[in-house]
Amino acid sequence: MTLDVRIGLRLGSLDLRVELTAHPGEVVALLGPNGAGKSTVLRCLGGLAPIDDGRIAIDDVVVDDPADGTFVEPEDRPVGFVFQDYVLFDHLTVLENVAYGMRARGVAKGDSRRRAREWLERFDLADYSMQRPGVLSGGQAQRVALARALATNPRLLLLDEPLAALDAGTRAVVRRDLRQHLATFDGMRLVVTHDPIDAYALADRVVVLEAGRIVQTGTLAEVTAHPRTRYVADLVGVNLVTGDVLDGVLTTSTGARVVIADAVDGPALATIRPHSVLVARGSAAASSARNTWRGTIVDVDRLGERVRLVIDGELPLTAEITAAAFDELNFRPGDDVHASVKATDIEVAPT
Amino acid sequence: MRRCCLGVVAVLTVVTACASGESSSRSGGDADVTVFAAASLTAAFTELGEAFSAANPDAEVTFNFAASSELVAQINQGAPVDVFASADATNMDKLFDAGLVADDPVIFATNVAEIIVEPGNPRGITEVSDLADGDLVVVQCAPEVPCGSYAELIFANAGVSVTPASFEENVKSVVTKVTLGEADAGVVYRTDVLAASDDADGVVIADDVNVVAKYPIALTANAANPDGAQAFVDFVLGPSGQQVLADFGFGST
Amino acid sequence: MRKQRPQRSRRAALPLPALILAGVAVAFFALPLVGLLWRAPWSNAWTYLTDDAALTALRLSLVTSLCATAISIVFGVPLAWLLARVAFPGRGAVRALCLLSMVLPPVVGGVALFFALGRRGLVGQYLDEWFGITLPFTTAGVVVAQTFVAMPFLVVTVEAALRQLDPRLEEASRTLGASRWYTFRRVTLPAIRPALTAGAVLAWARALGEFGATITFAGNFPGTTQTMPLAVYLSLETNPEEAIVLALVMIAISFAVLVGLRDRWFGSIGRPQQVVA
Repeated sequence: MTLDVRIGLRLGSLDLRVELTAHPGEVVALLGPNGAGKSTVLRCLGGLAPIDDGRIAIDDVVVDDPADGTFVEPEDRPVGFVFQDYVLFDHLTVLENVAYGMRARGVAKGDSRRRAREWLERFDLADYSMQRPGVLSGGQAQRVALARALATNPRLLLLDEPLAALDAGTRAVVRRDLRQHLATFDGMRLVVTHDPIDAYALADRVVVLEAGRIVQTGTLAEVTAHPRTRYVADLVGVNLVTGDVLDGVLTTSTGARVVIADAVDGPALATIRPHSVLVARGSAAASSARNTWRGTIVDVDRLGERVRLVIDGELPLTAEITAAAFDELNFRPGDDVHASVKATDIEVAPT
Repeated sequence: MRRCCLGVVAVLTVVTACASGESSSRSGGDADVTVFAAASLTAAFTELGEAFSAANPDAEVTFNFAASSELVAQINQGAPVDVFASADATNMDKLFDAGLVADDPVIFATNVAEIIVEPGNPRGITEVSDLADGDLVVVQCAPEVPCGSYAELIFANAGVSVTPASFEENVKSVVTKVTLGEADAGVVYRTDVLAASDDADGVVIADDVNVVAKYPIALTANAANPDGAQAFVDFVLGPSGQQVLADFGFGST
Repeated sequence: MRKQRPQRSRRAALPLPALILAGVAVAFFALPLVGLLWRAPWSNAWTYLTDDAALTALRLSLVTSLCATAISIVFGVPLAWLLARVAFPGRGAVRALCLLSMVLPPVVGGVALFFALGRRGLVGQYLDEWFGITLPFTTAGVVVAQTFVAMPFLVVTVEAALRQLDPRLEEASRTLGASRWYTFRRVTLPAIRPALTAGAVLAWARALGEFGATITFAGNFPGTTQTMPLAVYLSLETNPEEAIVLALVMIAISFAVLVGLRDRWFGSIGRPQQVVA
């Protein structure tokens, strides 16, 4: 029960060459900049774009193999697709939307409607059954799109930028809900996103795609700690700290305290960009930074003119400093340091 | 605001130009003559017109050829015309009764009807009663058109009932249907058969069932150029005009 | 020149020059109709209306134009689909070819049909020889002539609507397990329904009013090929009053259809497919 993918495809200016696998029980996030080919990979898996060479097999059934001419049409693949901005059928009611896949596969009207209603109840949208999609909010539409895709019992669930169409306010809430719903699905799940926070919240494994090639895979922690390219570093190599906020202070599960500037309360996620972290030997001189933590350099990564320091201690952090500064201060793995960050350099969002 | 005005002026200029363009082609010079003539006169009158212009260098003759009935309708609606030449008296009388004819019409030519068939007469038609054969595709002019009313007369004379496949709006359409091979036979004028030359053959209609079409010509009451109109009519009735008509197969009056 | 302060009243939605031009345009369209109504022989109208020839011509017109519309839909929608969705070499030329009869003078179209489908025509000669089918001088020929001039209107309208359609709607349907045909029936057709209706109405109106190609290709015989426009044209020569009455009948029918469908199709054409944001 796996997803086995080898894709070679030329589409316009995109030269895509990707190999990946997925297993039930894990959520894989496909991360990358615009134009990297992430959505194209999903479309290939869904049967909306045939590949030039390679092989795609879902649960050991080959659905696309140019070498022997195999191509299974989208309607015959056990795939559920949630499109960016959802693409609900405006001329059908919400219930009919969710029942659509079943009806298309020949399930009787009564049966499909009943099951669709069950799905809507599960997603807490039963009240909207008879409404048209036009009245739904972004988050509601997303849930309907998800229910519609899940109602056909797919083996592989593909989500293309599921949160991109939402405004910042609703995104956090919907993200949490999405995580819960994804958790109840026992097939394989592939999420495309450009937002590392989505990846952090939803995925177990991250595959980073750049210009049609996979540049890094691994868990988010691994990728964050050791980004292999500038893009990955900028995108994913942020420090994500979770904890509870009270009176402007976020306390992590290990007891580390982070003073924040945003007006947030309760469970929250703080983002500290590596380049915001000041690293000093010994104790920091008196500065305006409200946050200082002691730690030890455990790893050093040189990336061109910048150096990333992985610091373990009160609050594990990745810091990024110039190579010049690194050489000047003569940092080495094992050194004791103080890492400090201005409260205003920390972005906090409720979880 | 300026641009809007310019736009409106441009549009009005174009519209006026179009309108004046139309009228100038009608009455460009004082000596120009406008003639409405039956479709069967197309070839003959065109040559006649050229001869007339050759004899009267500053006069240009403009023709409108169509079924006589259609021409009557147009004149009734006020079409600007100097001379009307009809293929039968009925249509000329309509205009006369409406007071749209200047003087008494004069017969200037005669014509007889003839059956037109494809070259070689593949269906072997010899007389009018052959047209009653249901397997033949026969076309004739609509009864409102002179050649159509003549056809009905001929059928009555011959005592046959002919169901045509189509009632054409003018005699030239009948000719076309036969020369294109769409119809097996049609009832037209002898002059039309002659005009079609190699594209068609004719089957003579016996004198005892045939009709002689008498073509009247007259000046219109509202002619813009009565002098030129009279000159044209005189030319048609004169020796050169009559010779041209005879060349095309019309009979004498 | 100082600009005038825009008026607050709702009436001033259009600047005066535009309003005047629009008014002239309305008068331009209304005048011929008013002229007909003014000259109509109301006392004799009923006699002309119930005249056998008139009723026959009307029935023939309605039957042939509806047939032509139906054929236009059956063949025109797939053609519109092809032109809208499939990028093949020479697509522009093919589209121009299919829409040619829209700009061609109808009589030219009739003559061309002759040379293609007439007794001695390119294809027509085989139709005659092998199947004994002739199209000129038959009601079928009328339908052919009408379809020839009317179908492009439907193709143009439907193609425009298909182009505007979000292709992902059909993709979504496919990923949910719907076959191409099911997708077409349940997603595409409902989405283009306004444009399809508009196109069908335009095609029907064009077919109903077709004259030049009909009289040239199919001929003129009462009951078989004499449609209303032909009847009007011929009666104009003999009995103008009758012509006016028949003309008014045609106008009344067309008017009724246009007014009846007004809201449906003027409202929805051109609006891009709404997608939930």
